[in-house]
Amino acid sequence: MPQNLAALRAKVEFDLRGRASAPFDYHEREFIETVSVGIPEIDLLTGGLPRGGFTEICGPPCSGRTSFLISALASRTAHAEACVLVDGSDNFDPHSAQAAGVELKQLLWVRCRNIDQALRATDLLLQGRGFGLIALDLSDISPKTVRHVPLNAWFRFRRSVEDTQTIFVVLDQEPNAKTCASLVLRLGSEAARWSTTIETQTVDPFAHPSAWLLDGVDVRAEVLRSRIQKADAAGFHRGFAPAGIDGDTGIFGTKTIWSDPGKLPLESKPKGPKKRG
Amino acid sequence: MAFASIYVPNFLLQSVVRDDAELRERVIALIDGTPPLEKVVAMSEAAARVGIQLGMTKSQATQFSGIEIRNRSRAQEKAAHAALLDLGWSISPRVENTARDTIVLDLAGLSSLFHADENVAHELVRRATALSLLVNVAISFNLETAIHAARGFAGVTIIPPGKEAQRLGCLPVGVLSPSLEVLETLERWGVRTCAALAALPPLQLSERLGQEGVRLHELARGASVRSLVLIEPSSGFEEEMALDYAVAELEPLAFLLGRLLDQLCARLTARSLATGAIRLRFDLERSPEKNLRYLDGKPSDEPAPSVYEKVLNLPVPMRDSKMLLRLLRLQLQANPPTASIIKICLAADPARQRTAQDGLFLPISPDPEKLELTIARLANLVGDSHIGSPELVDTHRPGEFRMERFVPSRDESLKNRKSSKPAMGFRAFRPSLPLKVEFREGHPARISFRGMRGEVVATSGPWRTSGDWWQENPWQHDEWDLEIHFRFPPVIHLERASTCPQRGLYRIYYDALRGNWFMRGIYD
Repeated sequence: MPQNLAALRAKVEFDLRGRASAPFDYHEREFIETVSVGIPEIDLLTGGLPRGGFTEICGPPCSGRTSFLISALASRTAHAEACVLVDGSDNFDPHSAQAAGVELKQLLWVRCRNIDQALRATDLLLQGRGFGLIALDLSDISPKTVRHVPLNAWFRFRRSVEDTQTIFVVLDQEPNAKTCASLVLRLGSEAARWSTTIETQTVDPFAHPSAWLLDGVDVRAEVLRSRIQKADAAGFHRGFAPAGIDGDTGIFGTKTIWSDPGKLPLESKPKGPKKRG
Repeated sequence: MAFASIYVPNFLLQSVVRDDAELRERVIALIDGTPPLEKVVAMSEAAARVGIQLGMTKSQATQFSGIEIRNRSRAQEKAAHAALLDLGWSISPRVENTARDTIVLDLAGLSSLFHADENVAHELVRRATALSLLVNVAISFNLETAIHAARGFAGVTIIPPGKEAQRLGCLPVGVLSPSLEVLETLERWGVRTCAALAALPPLQLSERLGQEGVRLHELARGASVRSLVLIEPSSGFEEEMALDYAVAELEPLAFLLGRLLDQLCARLTARSLATGAIRLRFDLERSPEKNLRYLDGKPSDEPAPSVYEKVLNLPVPMRDSKMLLRLLRLQLQANPPTASIIKICLAADPARQRTAQDGLFLPISPDPEKLELTIARLANLVGDSHIGSPELVDTHRPGEFRMERFVPSRDESLKNRKSSKPAMGFRAFRPSLPLKVEFREGHPARISFRGMRGEVVATSGPWRTSGDWWQENPWQHDEWDLEIHFRFPPVIHLERASTCPQRGLYRIYYDALRGNWFMRGIYD
């Protein structure tokens, strides 16, 4: 039997010559380079977004996935990297993205009409290479449709992005990529934060609706899967968990950013009780 | 001061077979003239071997088995001549356009680059081959001698100073291009070579043949002196091909485009240039039954266009013919011509080749050429208007933006720009969703949309914006930010229930001009 095994091994090595130098040798996985998402709590929780890796962000509507996405885009475009957003249902809002710091000139926006276009476009972009971040946004496509994406499509994406410097992020409602993903995060929203300018401490926002502003929302992030070694420098493995981080769960706050009224052009001015762009 | 003369033998045929090297070996004859009086004006060596002669009529030529008859193409001759000039300018800026098939270069100052005249000659032959031209090259210190040697000797000829008469001696008098009358006279005298002409006494020759005789005598001795007539380098790069049969399919068309692009890129390479835009022009077949134009499924009286034009703008100058062909194919797939093609014209806008070297610390960016191809493929998939960089428009109209061409910058000033605190994301509904709103005490209390109903638990608004009242499409919106808790209808599909949010933050607005409520988007 051992002789047969040795012969078999020799035969496999012979057949794979030129394609794999040592197919039976153990190859230690190289260190995964990660970059900041632009949200300190998420960076501490996950170690950052993996380059050459597949990151899946899932959660129901209004759970902070888009906030995560535009933070990542703002972070990467702030480093002059070329980024792509494959928008599965054409829901991206460039106004709020620019207000959040996304450099729109560095962003290639592919506005798809259905999931088939989105998957094909992603495939082309991953083959094209050279992008800092490619985001596939399937957030508004029903989970049933996304569930029908064959697993080999996710494997293909993972293989395409491997050994590149590209960060590949998929946004959907449920985790679908299974083991293809290097990092899977589930997001969920906590209570919305409202602020008021009136001095009364009433909590009834119906009392004076024009005196209230949507301030933001707190988002709970849970790590469902991660192959990334979190940075030791964060002190995470030394038993020190920063505020907002609890085990595999973290909470970060988002803030509504309103346009600066001083920058409004003269052609039209808001006529409402409170000026807002 | 040396001169190099480049001569293209059998120019008419070479201009036609330049696009297809295989044609050189075939039995091929070019005809020209008004039907049915077309005559053979050029032929390949193989055709000459089987007995075809210049001046034969088309019907005589077709008697030979296996012969391929082609029409003379003045467009291709023009392109071949342009390629010949590009060849000259690729070596020296001082070029004389002597004839359609002949140019002369001034080689002054090139010794430090090429060291010897032989090297210049061989480089010219090599570059001519890259342009699909087979040429004779002659180098001499006498300009006219160089021209006659190139026309008389095949391949490369180097004539040292003082040896002009000796080298030209063996050539027939015909290479000096005498008039027909003088040529007949010399033939009667038995003067057939340049050496025999040079041996004649000039005074007596002048008495019998006049000034032309003296000129021919000087040319035969290699003693004629004249200046080079220079021309300015042209900036036009154009290739044309008239098709014998109309082409309707993309595959054969791509094959022909590939040949023309190869020629264009070879010419650009010869001039150390690239192209910033490719202009494509097709002449379309005009037959009555194929010219019917359908608009909204009904035949239109408006005639179909007879010309198809397209401009392929490139983000960075390039000259890779295969890449350009792929981009053209994608453009043609997206917008195919309306009829069969009978003539192809390709023009390249010259631009300086990109020479920038990537830095070690530059941010990640796709290769511009590859990016252009990827964008073209994506545009083919999702449509031109659905791909690009969003750019905000200078207006308050909600949701206004335009799509611009994606040209990522590697500007260091962008780098390390501070990104702001995590901002709340917003997802826009395009178009806005109609919804029903129930009011209580002046603010929205219940809403229903997409079959879902929800209770409003917090509100902010109204925020009124309006504008463009001086234009045809004004707007006046009252916006509200709402936090909604959803109540599902009693009968709801399980799948639907799992996808319906329990609560959400939405932005709705009342369109005062349309009198309806709409949902602008969701905070996410």
